[in-house]
Amino acid sequence: MLLISCPNCGPRDETEFHYGGQAHIAYPENPNELRDREWAEYLFYRENTKGTFAERWVHSTGCRQWFNMLRDTVSYDIHSIYAMGQQRPDLQADKPGEFSQTGEFGQEPGLAPGAATTSTGAATTAPTSSEGV
Amino acid sequence: MAETATPAETVSRARRSPAQHLAEAFTSGSVPGTVTLTEIPYQAMVGIRVDRTSDAGARVASVVGGLPAACGEVTGNDSVNTLWLGPTEFLVVAPEEAHDSLGGSLGSDLTTALGNDAGQVVDLSANRTTFELSGSHARAVLEKTCSLDLHPRVFKPGTAVSTELAHIPVMLWKTSEDSYRIFPRASFADFLGRWLLDAMREYASPEVP
Repeated sequence: MLLISCPNCGPRDETEFHYGGQAHIAYPENPNELRDREWAEYLFYRENTKGTFAERWVHSTGCRQWFNMLRDTVSYDIHSIYAMGQQRPDLQADKPGEFSQTGEFGQEPGLAPGAATTSTGAATTAPTSSEGV
Repeated sequence: MAETATPAETVSRARRSPAQHLAEAFTSGSVPGTVTLTEIPYQAMVGIRVDRTSDAGARVASVVGGLPAACGEVTGNDSVNTLWLGPTEFLVVAPEEAHDSLGGSLGSDLTTALGNDAGQVVDLSANRTTFELSGSHARAVLEKTCSLDLHPRVFKPGTAVSTELAHIPVMLWKTSEDSYRIFPRASFADFLGRWLLDAMREYASPEVP
């Protein structure tokens, strides 16, 4: 079971989330001009990365907000959680394996249980949180 | 005769709460002083979607006594409370009498406050029912299924979160040191009520050291 740090609610069980597939797939600028093959590739063709993979998740039984996540598909380590619309963070800049949370989410995790602490396997750093707002 | 009944009386006569059929089981399954389970039926609930930093958000906040800013927060007073569901999504919980059909004005006040601005005010009174689980072992019952840290040093009174109990989505609101309000959807009330009764059963027996 993954323990996923929702940017709004703090760390929650994986069962509270739903997976949204690969992130950063832009809608075609002019869909009418696409050939069938290109449209099919936009709709159905996805990376099958072994290693760090950018994907979308939604906290469906919590705040119902979407966010992006960089996850290692081999070790399941969560490297980064960042807002929708943000560019994929460059892991080379950080130490690989280190957890980071970036982006404008509106507010910090609040009074939710465990919002001040988090762990996703071995390699994590707790996202900053206001303790007991 | 029907013509003498007020609208409120007509409504209350026709109503059946989602866990009404379990009322006797709740009474017999409760262990006074240890853990008790009751249904608080028919609470008026209104779902709000509004940007709390906007003008409309301020107007809505003034009706219900403030909108919570972050996950876990609950605002309001003794009777009308607002729970945080998401950054722009809130649930107002009020006594039954606050509902417009029973002479209250909660929904219409909120609709007026929102005006034509972006957002929504929806009557959700029939969406969820309310269970109250209280007693010294209430936390022990919840910990059988809830994956959140419910220890009092983390989960403090006056905190409400949406999470899962027995694999169903609920709002869990800690109203006092050993009292919790659980808001399951109406269709899950029967399942969750029976699940909690089963979880409470061991506390009726003497503790085995």
